[in-house]
Amino acid sequence: MPWDREQMAERAAQELEDGTYVNLGIGIPTLVANYIGDKDITLQSENGMLGMGPFPVEGEEDPDLINAGKQTITELNRTSYFDSATSFAMIRGGKIACAILGAMEVAENGDLANWMIPGKLVKGMGGAMDLVAGVQKVVIVMDHQNKHGESKILHECTLPLTGTGVVDRIITNLGVLDVVEGGLKIVETAPDVTEEQIREATEAKIVN
Amino acid sequence: MQKIYDDADAALDGLLRDDMLIAAGGFGLCGIPELLLSAIERSKVKGLTFASNNAGVDDFGIGILLASRQVKKMMSSYVGENAEFMRQFLEGELEVEFNPQGTLAERMRAGGAGIAGFYTKTGVGTQIAEGKETKVFDDETYVLERGIEADLAIVKAWKADDTGNLVFRKTARNFNVPAAMCGKTCVAEVEEIVPRGSLDPDCIHLPGVFVHRLIQGDHEKRIEKVTTRKKEEA
Repeated sequence: MPWDREQMAERAAQELEDGTYVNLGIGIPTLVANYIGDKDITLQSENGMLGMGPFPVEGEEDPDLINAGKQTITELNRTSYFDSATSFAMIRGGKIACAILGAMEVAENGDLANWMIPGKLVKGMGGAMDLVAGVQKVVIVMDHQNKHGESKILHECTLPLTGTGVVDRIITNLGVLDVVEGGLKIVETAPDVTEEQIREATEAKIVN
Repeated sequence: MQKIYDDADAALDGLLRDDMLIAAGGFGLCGIPELLLSAIERSKVKGLTFASNNAGVDDFGIGILLASRQVKKMMSSYVGENAEFMRQFLEGELEVEFNPQGTLAERMRAGGAGIAGFYTKTGVGTQIAEGKETKVFDDETYVLERGIEADLAIVKAWKADDTGNLVFRKTARNFNVPAAMCGKTCVAEVEEIVPRGSLDPDCIHLPGVFVHRLIQGDHEKRIEKVTTRKKEEA
């Protein structure tokens, strides 16, 4: 059976190495925080915070304390605050070990499209282009196919790119694929999903 | 050294003109210079270009200047929270220059630091890099981005002393530091002006040399998305 959103987030949490600094995007990536378990992980929020805590209890919201999704959050005893230029210095400078992000399309060479659809409302890329250009490892969590049943993992992206050759690993409802020399490699399948099913659901070249 | 003014209108007196470039601090509605934005609305200057990460919501932040049609162009990274913005953008009434968030922050910092341009790997191979010079360093391609020097910077801090030394609070620091740095003139609004000597010199977030005018005032500090957890989960 394919993974649901929570199971994809739980699987993505396995990507986080103990003792590292990590940035989680909006959507399913945000859920990854619930599955960190005993690992010592410091969450970065690109609006200027390391050591992001959980949502506040009602009545304790602080307008000066939000995450990059503009939600109210809390601080931890390890928290530090800094300005936006410093925040992206640590992102671009490769100090953040891993970013887990959503995507519209990923190509077999690691190209990523996740910020705009031509002809539709364009809201902007926010910090996504900086994150994928700078962090050490980029993990994409997304459904394998779009709502029309078409592969979101392609030979080439059709949408405007967020970055070129930036994706390291893709976690979908069907399994886990790595970007390797010459294409994608299936490294894991969801329970009762076969490699053959993943091949059929994938437009991109699979090399194993 | 007299930097303190009575109110936002007085602090902006003589600084505003049509078609100027203003850098504004804030992320979403967090740490925005709300009193100075209201004063700019009252001034009726128009044709403004704003370098600001976001564009506020319909009735707060830069949104009030969009509603009053005083803004010609936005230089931003994300603008999704404002219906009037989207209407003007889609109708072609408003020009938008999208900047990756880190590039926008660094353009401000660089502009304020006397650096005309810098090479970054952000956006290489995307439409952001189209028409811009690229250069290979150590086998990696970088794109040239220009520093931003704004005619005016407007920022919001938590505390100041009368010399303009600023202290911010939590994530309300965000773009306020780079925005302040890149202004030819910088006006700061704070929640409290404290006596000289009462801020720890080791804990100043922005030295007063970057701040030319100051006001103290009451802030609404609106929350854009209230999110909470249940008490028993705590």
